[in-house]
Order: sequence, then structure tokens, then C-alpha cells
Amino acid sequence: MTAPKPDHLPRVDEVGVDERVARFRSRSIKKASKVEALNLVLSQIDLTTLEGQDTPGKVRQLCQKAMRLHDTLPDIPHVAAVCVYPMMVEEAKKALGASGIKVASVATSFPSGMAPSDVKLEEIKLAVGLGADEIDMVISRGKFLEGKYQEVFDEIVACKEACGDAHLKVILETGELGTLDRVRHASLLAMQAGADFIKTSTGKIQPAATMPVTLVMLQAIRDYYYDTGRMVGMKPAGGISKAKLAIHYLVMLRETLGEAWMSPDWFRFGASSLANDVLMQLQKQRTGIYQSEDYFSKD
Amino acid sequence: MNKGTAPHTLNFDTGWAYSPAPESTDHVHIKDQYKLFIGGKFVAPKSGKYFDTINPANEKVLARVAQAGAADVDRAVTAARDAYDTVWSKMKPAERGKYIYRIARIIQERAREFAVIESMDGGKPIREARDVDIPLAAAHFFYYAGWADKLDYAFPCRTPQSLGVAGQIIPWNFPLLMAAWKIAPALACGNTVVLKPAETTPLTALKLAEVIEAADLPPGVVNILTGDGSTGAAIVNHDDVNKIAFTGSTNVGRIIQRALAGTDKKYTLELGGKAANIIFADAAIDQAVEGIVNAIFFNQGHVCCAGSRLLVQESVADEVIAKLKERMQTLIVGDPLDKNTDIGAINSAAQLERINAYLELGQEEGAEMFQCGDKKPSKGYWCQPTLFTNVAQSHRIVREEIFGPVLAIQTFRTLDEAVAKANNTQYGLSGGIWTDKGAKIFSVGAKIRAGVIWANTFNKFDPTSPFGGYKESGVGREGGMHGLSAYLDLH
Repeated sequence: MTAPKPDHLPRVDEVGVDERVARFRSRSIKKASKVEALNLVLSQIDLTTLEGQDTPGKVRQLCQKAMRLHDTLPDIPHVAAVCVYPMMVEEAKKALGASGIKVASVATSFPSGMAPSDVKLEEIKLAVGLGADEIDMVISRGKFLEGKYQEVFDEIVACKEACGDAHLKVILETGELGTLDRVRHASLLAMQAGADFIKTSTGKIQPAATMPVTLVMLQAIRDYYYDTGRMVGMKPAGGISKAKLAIHYLVMLRETLGEAWMSPDWFRFGASSLANDVLMQLQKQRTGIYQSEDYFSKD
Repeated sequence: MNKGTAPHTLNFDTGWAYSPAPESTDHVHIKDQYKLFIGGKFVAPKSGKYFDTINPANEKVLARVAQAGAADVDRAVTAARDAYDTVWSKMKPAERGKYIYRIARIIQERAREFAVIESMDGGKPIREARDVDIPLAAAHFFYYAGWADKLDYAFPCRTPQSLGVAGQIIPWNFPLLMAAWKIAPALACGNTVVLKPAETTPLTALKLAEVIEAADLPPGVVNILTGDGSTGAAIVNHDDVNKIAFTGSTNVGRIIQRALAGTDKKYTLELGGKAANIIFADAAIDQAVEGIVNAIFFNQGHVCCAGSRLLVQESVADEVIAKLKERMQTLIVGDPLDKNTDIGAINSAAQLERINAYLELGQEEGAEMFQCGDKKPSKGYWCQPTLFTNVAQSHRIVREEIFGPVLAIQTFRTLDEAVAKANNTQYGLSGGIWTDKGAKIFSVGAKIRAGVIWANTFNKFDPTSPFGGYKESGVGREGGMHGLSAYLDLH
């Protein structure tokens, strides 16, 4: 298979994208629809800790939170997955047990991707071997910007193969790609190479996820679905810490890809602090008053 | 690539739906009955007659408004003439400017009330009234207030002089905004005004009369008369009116032009349109689809410059139409006061009947009709967003202005064919070009005979930009510096 060339790609008009996003943000989501959205957001969170200072203890805490978000709120879902470094996969797997929460591991020399291909593949195999259900890889942005699309493509193909049964999320690191045209190109390239999910960012580079970037990626997913019938998932990551913003993402998802994507199987939020704000909003919907953030566990 | 004809479709029908999010109406004050605003006061019509104005979304009566007859028009023109002779034409231009700034600021302060009333009286979505109509109306007053003392700079080496009394007749699609378009430049140039809002949407003009009272304008500088076509005719035919500004249908424009022939009244007419929105194959398709939606479904298509004809290059036609149809499924038709509503109510029963007649005609002519959604409220006037495909240049739905949410889609092969089709119309108000190539924008833009051309966007308005038509779309320009000369004698 060959990588798609930029000349043959759909064009993106940044001004138009911003205007469309403004329309999503003007949707007013209240009452029952808000509660439904908040619950959906919770169920779509990849609760994440990706820091140099991570320890097994920290990961265990995070897994506890993932399983018991806020026990005083009845009938709330658990998050979709816990996202950690490969070294923490085993610990997370053990802590989550049979909860149904997936373990996602970043790999391929996250976040820079600056390692030889065989090292990256080994890392994926290691993480999968330790029990990772999902692999979040980064593309080689340098090669992409150099125009070596085929190399980027081939690497993703190889990573997908190394994943075996694990799901592959491909991080484009859109903050380093520069233009929405390139975001669109990289999205298509990743999907054609076999990505199960495409993901905006590592969270280590600013800007991380934005609504315009996510919209362009959703439109790429939609066109790829039109063409092939294969659904690809979407994961905006980094910078989404407020429930209101997350709901606007859901509005955008709903009005771009429709109902089929409105589930943790096809849409995830990569976030660490989003869950607590969503919980606070849910509590507010139930009781009519905001509680202090000290009522919600910080892990 | 397999585009457009894909068997894979998206589902927007089920699942998560938005709960109603109605804008509150508690803060809105609408009186049971409104008189005429003449000489700075609300006075009963000499005709003694009143008529109802209703909410087209539920057919409930909002208020009774006065029907101005010929005697009332005479009274208003006399008041305007007095105000012109004794105060307004003698006032220092900078002082005139202050009054206009004051109007602008009060509109901004009361923006929410204006937006809600505009939506209730006319049927437009609150989102549009709130984000477009009212802010733009205020912006027009701000813009022209600034010109009041700078007319000499607008027309160097000439002597701009005010005209006298301006008779202004405005339509029902953007009631307050059109009042602003008319009143702001007239006042800035030193004229006084007799304004008649449309029969179906008089309320924000009457609210504007309250603003004018609050701004303490000298009595008679702005007079507002409600009424029907006969009121408009009395204004047009009044001997002491120096200028007529009309926005409305081409048919009425013809009648007015005929009536004015042989008089020395100046006039500007802003009339109908049948704009072509041209999508080239190299356009950013997803954003173009959004532009098509904005061009034809904005304000239920009650827009003289609406992009009511879509010309799409054949190689991308299937893709564009398929995407457009999916996009239309996410449009929310319903309660205009709901903040999530995209398409509100049709302005009146009469307009709905006109639109429906065209829907039937289109099908009789052999065009293929596509509509989506059928959840119309039981009361009120509603039309689902509609596409016609398989249409030709000879179809009446391609040639005539429908003034509703109805889009006729044609294809073209070459740039020349697109230009020929775009220009093959009696109208020439606006047009749209969608392409990634800058050079193409300029070459096509220069060939389209229309007053406004938008490139990679549509329905963008700004007080600094002139607006007006070629051919039967009108005479003269409103807005911007050009809009000043319509209210001045230049020696």
C-alpha cells in the first residue's frame, strides 16, 4: 500500500472550520440532555498519567479512581481506560482486574517518537505482552514534515502488526503539524495505514487538542467511512479539563459523525482533570448547588 | 475515490437529543396596542384603524398596531419637515453624531429585549436575532454616527448637502437591521425620516421609537408609521418627501419607480435576488457545504441576497450533494426562541403559501425534491429545508425568487459555463465563489454581474461595506461610504 499524497487530498479552509466550531459552541445543552452528555463524557475518558515521576503507587491510585469515580453519585459509569507508560501497564492491569476498564499504553518512544523503528516495535510488543489492551503510538512528525510520507505510513503499518489484537491509536501531534491541511493529510494516512483510532496530541506540546483540529479529523474519519465502510475512532487529548468544553466536543461529534460514534468504543477524551469537573457538574444537576472541589478526590 | 455515492450513511436521527433551551421572555415588554410615532410622541391614527401583528411560530396575537392612512402620513411628513427646517438641518454635524451614537448605545443595552421581540414577531431563530440582527443594527448606527461630522472628507472638493425628508419603507426579513440601514445614514447626513416597517413585523421599529424617545432626539426627526402597502404608497406619493428608500420585492420596486418618474425625488431601491453560489472542484468541500447551508437556510431563506441557486462543478457534485443532505439532517427546525433552533418559522401565512406553491411547481417541472425531517409544530407556519436537484436553467424555481429555504442545484463543467449560468438571471444582487485558488476568485468575481460577491464565505455583512444590486435587484448602494451619497446632494 502507498501513502496518500497531499496533492490529492481534500482542502481545508481554516476560517470556515473556525466558524463551524463557533456554531457547535453556541449549542445550549441543558437539563436531561446535559446529564446524559456528562455521563457519556465520563464513560469516554482515558484517565491519564504520563509523567516522569509516575510510580506504581500513583498508578494504583489512578486505577482506584477509574473504578470508583465518586461513590456518592449513584449510577455513574466508570471511565473507558487508564492510560500509562509501558512500565506501568502491569501494575494497572493488576489494579483494574475484571473491572472492564481497559489499559492503554503509550509506546513508540512517546512523546517525541525519536527512536529507530525496531525499538518502537519492540516497545509496542513489550506493552502488549504486559497486558495493554490499547496502544497509543506517536507518528514521526519530523519525517512527515520532511515529506517522507511513505516512511511514516510504513511505520504505522508495522506498529499495527506489532499490536496484534490490541487496538492502535495513532497520535498525530497536531500541534507540531502546523496547518489543518496537514492534519487532514496525516489523519487519512494514519487511517489507511490501519489506525483503529486517531488522536490529536501527546499532551506534551501546546496547542494540544482544539475543536478545529478535532473537527477536521472527524471529517477525515467521516470521508474514510464513506469510502471504505470502516469506522475509525477519535481521541482528542490534552487541554480538555472542563465539562462544558467536553460537551461541546460531543455536540461536534454528534453533528459530524452521528449517533454511531457516540460511545466509548469510538470516541475518547484523553484527560486527567476532566473527570472531576464532570462529577461536579453532575452533582450540581442532582442537588442544584455546586460543591467545593474538596469533595472530589484528586488522584 | 468513491465519493457521494457511498452506501455508508450516518445516523443523525436517534440517540442523544438536545433538551429545549428556550430564551426567557420575562424581561420583554410588549404593549397591547401601539399608536403611531409622530413628532416625538405616540399618537392615535386619524384613520382610527388598528391591525394585529402575530407570532408566526404559534399564530398568537402579540399586539395591535395602528394603520396609518394618508392623513397620518401627511402629519408625519409635516412633522419631519418642521424638524428638518427648524432643528436638524441647522444642528452642528458633531451634535447630530452624538444623537446617533446614543441610539446605538441604547440598542446595545437593550439588545436582549430587541432580539427576543425580533424573533417573536418575525419567526427568526433567536440565535440569529441575537448574534446577527441586533449587533449589526447597533453597528450601523455607530458607523454612521462617525460620518456625521466628516462628510466633507467623504466627498472631497464637493459640498455635501442634506436632502430634506426621507421616506423609508422596509421589509419584514430583517426588521430592526433594515430600519438601522435606512435611518442611520439618513440622520448622519442631516435628513429627517418617515419610516414604515413591514406589516407583519412592526414591533422592533416601534421599540426603536422608544429608543429614539429615550435618546431625546428632537421631535419629528424620526417618525415611524405602521401600516400596509397603502401607507407605503402614501409616503412614496407625498409631495413633500425628497427621497425614497425602499427595500422589498422587485414588483413593488417597479411600482415605486413608476410613481417617482417625473418627480425630483431621489431614490434607492434594494430589491430581489437569485444569487448563484458557485462551488469549484478545488474548493474546501466541507466548508463549502457549510457555506451553502448558511447561504440558503439563514433566516429561513428570507434573504434578498440568499444563495438560492447552487452551481456545483460536475466532478464534485455527487459528493457535495450527499454531504449537504447529511448536513441538513442536523438542522433543527422549530421554536424560534429555542437557542438551538437553526431554522425558525416562515414569516407569514401568505409567504408560506408562496413558498409551497413553488415547491409544487418545482415538482411539476420535473425537479427532484429533497426535504428532511417532518416534525413540524402543529401551530404556526413552517417549511422544511428543501433541495431541488435535476433542475435546468429554464425551470421557474431557478429563475424566480422564492424567498424561502429552497435551494435549486445545478451543475457545470467549466468556469465559463458557471459564469454564464450565474449571470443568466434578471437579478444581480449577490454571489458566492468557492475555490482554493486565489486567482480564480478574482477572475470569476470580476465576471459575475452582482453587487456583492463573497469568496469562500457567504452572507457576511458589515456597515462599512456597500450593498446593492445590478439589473432588477435594485438602484443605488446602501452601507459604507457609498451609502452616504444616497442621502446627500453633492455640488
